[in-house]
Amino acid sequence: MSGWEVFLQQLIIGLSNGMIIALIALGYTMVYGIVELINFAHGDLFMLGSFLALTIVGLCTALPVFVVVLLLLTLTPLFSGGLNWLVDRLAYRHLRHSIRLAPLVSAIGVSFVFLNVGLLWGGVPMDVFGLGKAAAAPKDFPVLVSNDNLLGDATVQFTAKDALVFVVTIPLMIGLTWFVKRTRTGKAMRAVAQDQTAAELMGINVDRVVGQTFLIGGGLAGVASVVFALYNNTIYFQMGYRAGMDAFTAAVLGGIGSLPGAVLGGLCIGLARAFSDQYIATGWTNVIVFTILVLVLVFRPAGILGSKHREKV
Amino acid sequence: MSKLKFHWAFLLIAAFIPAISPHFAELLRPIFVMAILALGLNILTGFTGILNLGVAAFMAVGAYSYAILTCDIYPFQLNFGCATGTTVLIGLLAGLALGLPTIRLRGDYLAIVTLGFGEIVQDTLKNLDVITKGTQGINPLPPPPFSVYYLFLAFLTLVVLLNRNLQRSRIGRTWIAIREDELAASCMGINPMKMKLLAFSLGAAQCALAGALWASYLGSSGEPGNYDFQVSIIALCIVIVGGMGNIAGVLLGALVVMGFNSIVLETLTNFLKSHQIISSSNVFTAPGNWKYLLFGLALILMMRFRPEGLLPSKQTKAELHHHEPPKN
Repeated sequence: MSGWEVFLQQLIIGLSNGMIIALIALGYTMVYGIVELINFAHGDLFMLGSFLALTIVGLCTALPVFVVVLLLLTLTPLFSGGLNWLVDRLAYRHLRHSIRLAPLVSAIGVSFVFLNVGLLWGGVPMDVFGLGKAAAAPKDFPVLVSNDNLLGDATVQFTAKDALVFVVTIPLMIGLTWFVKRTRTGKAMRAVAQDQTAAELMGINVDRVVGQTFLIGGGLAGVASVVFALYNNTIYFQMGYRAGMDAFTAAVLGGIGSLPGAVLGGLCIGLARAFSDQYIATGWTNVIVFTILVLVLVFRPAGILGSKHREKV
Repeated sequence: MSKLKFHWAFLLIAAFIPAISPHFAELLRPIFVMAILALGLNILTGFTGILNLGVAAFMAVGAYSYAILTCDIYPFQLNFGCATGTTVLIGLLAGLALGLPTIRLRGDYLAIVTLGFGEIVQDTLKNLDVITKGTQGINPLPPPPFSVYYLFLAFLTLVVLLNRNLQRSRIGRTWIAIREDELAASCMGINPMKMKLLAFSLGAAQCALAGALWASYLGSSGEPGNYDFQVSIIALCIVIVGGMGNIAGVLLGALVVMGFNSIVLETLTNFLKSHQIISSSNVFTAPGNWKYLLFGLALILMMRFRPEGLLPSKQTKAELHHHEPPKN
């Protein structure tokens, strides 16, 4: 492989991973935009989604692959969206008027609960693939989407998996933008994000809108978890933490609260990871991502696309 | 005055524990270290209202500094006292170094920066294996000069007294003023950044002390993975369960949370094992596998029903229960 081909290859890998990170980042950014909560449990929600996906795959071996993938892409988002909604309903909603750190601490608690559920879930025997013996061990996710190069014999690989990532994520992002910009619910969301009290005075049911935001954000994490599992073919119960941190960094980098910002940030982080893996060293990649996070927060807390927002007193 | 006697009574009881039950005293040693760590976090989260999610990183800085200063493969080879003193100083500087650029950030952003710092420290320790010996850790370290139990008890008492005096001093009152209302505090002539930075570095120094004691107890720096996010969260659990901003509360929290972790869970596991209820093929039966679920639930339920903790300071309790803020 020549230097250019290596570069192109890492570009493809970075963009594919970046799109997945962007999907998770959208969930962070939507929730933060509306209730100013860093939803710490979001990464672990993503992890649980991938465990559900593995279970579904284990149960549906008889079905053709195409149907299984479609099934995954509908059931998993429903599950993780519903779960996210439920957590908001049971835990965060009661803390909206509590001390400022209360929802964040509560979200850390939820993240720990999810982490533990993931560990136990990993211990459930998923017979079809003979998994589930060692609960904490990474699980192989079966290769449903082929690894064949779509570019024929070229050295640079653009596989069906890469294609899947873009085919799933891009329409979803366009749909989300349309939803937030054009529909009544989307308008209500933007109103609540801008000024909760004013929105309430206009007859918007704030709690419901917040719930819907959690539902959609969770659903996006569900899609991301399926795509991630199909793309990387391995899942483990601690992956939510790393994925969550990458996505949060992406959301902050792009400008928290901004949807295009989250996508842009996701792509930047995906590329940064890929190039750092290739040109620096894998061991330093996380350090680099976190350094980016710290630097962005210190020097440009509004992010790349975020608007300057004066702190309310 | 009676309250003061009460504290001395506790100390007296603690002093006689090794004579009464050596096993229990052994279990208490890590609890003392975690209590020191949690008290360091308490300065930040309890007094000043800054959420720090990376105290484990400062503990790691402490443990590794102490290890490098005492281990015989390095040129320093200081004695226990000098090494611990230097480590505390290093912790102070580490806190200052992280705090200086980031202290201006809003609460939750700062929390994320501290979290990121925790990860950076851990990965850096892993990667610099020339110095840190990677996952092996730096060892062996010389044993502490006298009984670990009394040494830790002495340090804990010292830290408690220090924090108590800090809390009651002008500095402590300034911190609490910042926690309650930063804008109002700055209008009263307080420099919030300076005071927050002070809290940050003093808290970090205490965490580094906890790290140094931990390393001396283990006889090794431990591996980088020992100082991960979960340690930071356990420290946070201790502060929140015990009672933010109340020193006695934090001590109680350390006893409850760590006691649950190392005594209740352990005893339960051994009991179940001896009665052959645990089978290795079934993850559900091992109590240790439910640990994070319980910690998580504790955090969620505490925030929901008793955000002031088991043993709150009067101030926090009054704030949280007497005037419910208007629904906006």
